[in-house]
Amino acid sequence: MSNGSSRNPFERLGAWVIRCVWRLGFAARFLFMLLAYSGQSLRRFRSLTMREIYMSGVLSLVIILVSGLFVGLVLGLQGYETLQRFGSSEALGVLVALSLVRELGPVVAGLLFASRAGTAVTAEIGLMKTTQQLKAMDMMAVNPLARVVAPRFWGGVIAMPLLAALFSAMGVFGGWLIGVVLIGVDGGAFWSQMQASVDFRFDVLNGVVKSAVFGIAVSLIAVFEGYDCVPTAEGVSRAITRTVVSSALAILALDFVLTSFMFRGN
Amino acid sequence: MNRSRIDLGVGIFVAIGIAALLFLALKVGNLGGEKIRDPYALEAYFDNIGGLKVRAPVKVSGVLVGRVAEIRYDPKRFQARVTLNIDGRYRFPTDTFATINTSGLLGEQYLGLEPGGAEQDLEPGKEIKRTQSAIVLEKMISRFMFDKAAETGGDK
Repeated sequence: MSNGSSRNPFERLGAWVIRCVWRLGFAARFLFMLLAYSGQSLRRFRSLTMREIYMSGVLSLVIILVSGLFVGLVLGLQGYETLQRFGSSEALGVLVALSLVRELGPVVAGLLFASRAGTAVTAEIGLMKTTQQLKAMDMMAVNPLARVVAPRFWGGVIAMPLLAALFSAMGVFGGWLIGVVLIGVDGGAFWSQMQASVDFRFDVLNGVVKSAVFGIAVSLIAVFEGYDCVPTAEGVSRAITRTVVSSALAILALDFVLTSFMFRGN
Repeated sequence: MNRSRIDLGVGIFVAIGIAALLFLALKVGNLGGEKIRDPYALEAYFDNIGGLKVRAPVKVSGVLVGRVAEIRYDPKRFQARVTLNIDGRYRFPTDTFATINTSGLLGEQYLGLEPGGAEQDLEPGKEIKRTQSAIVLEKMISRFMFDKAAETGGDK
C-alpha cells in the first residue's frame, strides 16, 4: 500500500478511503479481542483496573468538576437573560437541568475526558509500543492486550458515566448558584419546577446511557490509536492528535444517533 | 504511588460519582416523588382528546391523583377511549365529570375530574359517563369568525 505523492489526487483519495475502511475493520476486531482478553482485568481488578480508574477517572476530577461548575454558571446566566424577557424566569431550573442531564453532561464530559484521559492512555500505550515494551511482554508470554490494553479500556468505561453524572450535578449546582443565590430567582420555584419536569427514566437514565456509550467509544478509540500507532515519536504524537479528533467526532455523531432514538418527540 | 492511595482515590471517586447520580435522580428528577399506589383503571370516551398524551396527569381539585395510561380509538363508538390509572386511595362517584383542560393558557393538557354527588362509587374498570372533549382552538376561532360574518351579513 504505497502512499507516494506522485499519484494523482483521485488515486490518493481512493487509497485514503480504503485505508480508513481497513482501519475500521481492524478496530472492530481489536474490540472483540479486547473483550475476549478482559478476564485478567477482572481477576486482577485491584492491581490493574483500579489503577486505570484512578488514572483516567480520579485524575480527571478537577477538570470535570470545574468545567461543570462553569458550564452551569453560564447556562444559568444566559438562561435567565433570555427567560426573563418572557417572564418565565422561574423555568430557569428546568432549562439548566434538562440541558445538562440530557445533552451537555454526557457530551462535554465526554469531550473533556477524551482530551485529558484519552490522550494519556494513547500516549502511554504508544510509548510502550515505541520502546518495544509490548513486544518484550509478548516474548515473556505475557499477553500485552490483557495486561496493558484491556485494563485501560475498562478503566475508561467505568469512569466515564460517573464523571458525566458529576458534571451534570456540578452544573445544576452552578445554575442554582447564579440563578437563586446571585440573581434572585425564587429558590422554591427553581427546584420544584425542575423536579416536576425532569423525569428519571426519560431524562436522567437516558443521559447515563449516553455517557456509557460515549465512554466505550472514547476508551476504544484511545487504546486503539495507541496500539496501532507508528512506533516513532512523531507517530505517537500523531496518534494522540487522532485520538482527540476521532473521539470528538464519534461523540457528536453518536450523540445525534442516540438523541434521535431516545427523544423522538412523542 | 502506593496501592492504598489508589484504593482510597478510586473509592472516593466512585462514592461521589454514585452520590451525584443519586442527586440527579432524586433532587433533580422525580424519582420517589409522586407515587400512585394500587392503581385501578377507569375509562372515559371523548369526541376529541385534543393534545392529551399518554402519561398526562389526572387532577382532581388541582391535585394529581393519577395518569393517563392508554389512548385508543374505538371504531364502534367513533370516539376516543382514554384509560386512566387512578390512585387506589381515591374513589369517585358514578356521576363524576371528566374534562380535558389546559394548564395555563398554552400549557400541556391534563384530564380533570369533578366529582358528582351520587352515592355509588365507580368500580375499577367502569366508564365515566359524563365527559367533555378538549376545546379545539381552531374550531372556536372559525366559529367566531363565521358568527361575525353572519352578523355583519345580516345587517346589510
